[in-house]
Amino acid sequence: MEGKMIDENGLRIDGRKADELRPIKIEAGVLKRADGSAYVEWGKNKVLAAVYGPRECHPRHLQDPSKALVQCKYNMIAFSVSDRKRPGPDRRSVEISKIISEALEYAVFTEYFPRTSVDVYIEILQANAGTRCAGLTAASVALADAGIPMKDMIPSVAVGKIDGQVVLDLCKEEDNYGQADLPIAVVPRTGEILLMQMDGHMTMDEFNKAMEYGFGACEKIYQLQKDALKRRYAVEDVEGLEEDAPREQQDMEG
Amino acid sequence: MARAVMSDIKRDHIHKLLSKGKRVDGRTWDEFRQISIETRYVESAEGSARVKLGNTDVLVGVKMQTGTPFEDTPDKGVLATNAELIPLASPTFESGPPDEDSIELARVVDRGIRESEMIDLSSLCITPKEEVWMCFVDVYVLDYDGNLFDAAFLGAVAALKTAVVPAATYGKGENFPLPTKSTPISCTAVQIENSILLDPTLDEEKVADARLTVTTDENGDLRAMQKGLDGSLTLEQVRKIIETSQKLGKELRKLVG
Repeated sequence: MEGKMIDENGLRIDGRKADELRPIKIEAGVLKRADGSAYVEWGKNKVLAAVYGPRECHPRHLQDPSKALVQCKYNMIAFSVSDRKRPGPDRRSVEISKIISEALEYAVFTEYFPRTSVDVYIEILQANAGTRCAGLTAASVALADAGIPMKDMIPSVAVGKIDGQVVLDLCKEEDNYGQADLPIAVVPRTGEILLMQMDGHMTMDEFNKAMEYGFGACEKIYQLQKDALKRRYAVEDVEGLEEDAPREQQDMEG
Repeated sequence: MARAVMSDIKRDHIHKLLSKGKRVDGRTWDEFRQISIETRYVESAEGSARVKLGNTDVLVGVKMQTGTPFEDTPDKGVLATNAELIPLASPTFESGPPDEDSIELARVVDRGIRESEMIDLSSLCITPKEEVWMCFVDVYVLDYDGNLFDAAFLGAVAALKTAVVPAATYGKGENFPLPTKSTPISCTAVQIENSILLDPTLDEEKVADARLTVTTDENGDLRAMQKGLDGSLTLEQVRKIIETSQKLGKELRKLVG
């Protein structure tokens, strides 16, 4: 199988170039009960994120008298992957929840809400590689949608390696033959890195290339995040409508 | 685990020294604490190592048994890594099921071993689809004074390198040394107010903004990374930590043979 993931024109199995993202759709404010929410379709990934809070912190002993806690729970639903995933947290999702919480905690002005918890729930409805990045991307839109004061929204993307070549945003088929995986999340305005993991095999040159692709892609994703918020909250009238009706207007297919 | 309490005096002390380029224990920014590794520490284990990294004390053991392979890797042995932050090691550790800290520790150690292909899992196949060797790496923290990632990783590598597959016990011929192909090394650094410090002590970890663990192989190539804590790192800082890990990796590698 290896050696044919990239064709002679440098195109990948889904026709993308090495530094090309999958199609990404982001929608803010998709759930009624949540204080903030977002839906992300990223290639074949489907991800929902909801934010509750700031609210009373549970468990109590985790309360911090100086700031809010950002508690993220990343979860894959049972039928989101080809083999049924046993419901409930596993070790992988506990780790992902932890690093996403840490990345989001940096973005939120936690000192404004001492003793509280900002709870972020990420549900992967359909998984196709890169779910932690799609989840974090969705979560920061949901936080903004909840009106929680933040330094910025955080875009996230993974860079991988197939056929000895660094490529952006592996899809599932590529990921199965991936030689390396390097998810990052950055603050585009400052270039600060909030999430970084890596596994596989990369030389220093490949790492530098990966950072070039990753930072570039984060700029684009950031723009999509901002666009999603603007669409949700823009009050300009469409076709003579005086009042805003963002929800109906935003109905998305699939 | 909630972040452990830190007195303002201590915090200020660390910051003040750091602004003069100094550390509390007098080390340079890229200097590891004294390391001692004692292998074959526990006889009942197939391989083991007790690692002391300054005051941090970690015991790692390898147990092996036969079992059935995973369906998607029918001709490969199984590697599983677990970490226990037992209450003996720190007032902030609690007994009970693994929390997110011990899960992260175990998974970062596991990733470094797995992704560096240190163990040739194909060589642990007995009968494809039916029977393979399963290799359990268990990390126990005995005394916690910071940088568990590197202490545990050194311990895991040292324990695996001295492990003997108990073939005779299972009627699979003679015992043989666990085949290893490379010696990965992890180096962990923290960022405190934009200073980078390798091998942080517990006090340094408590005031740290961000943490990065970098696992490299003999060629200095990257095999695994993990950023932690709720602060940020610049790309320059990441590069600095990677380059330092490549450099220090060469020295640390000598300690595990």
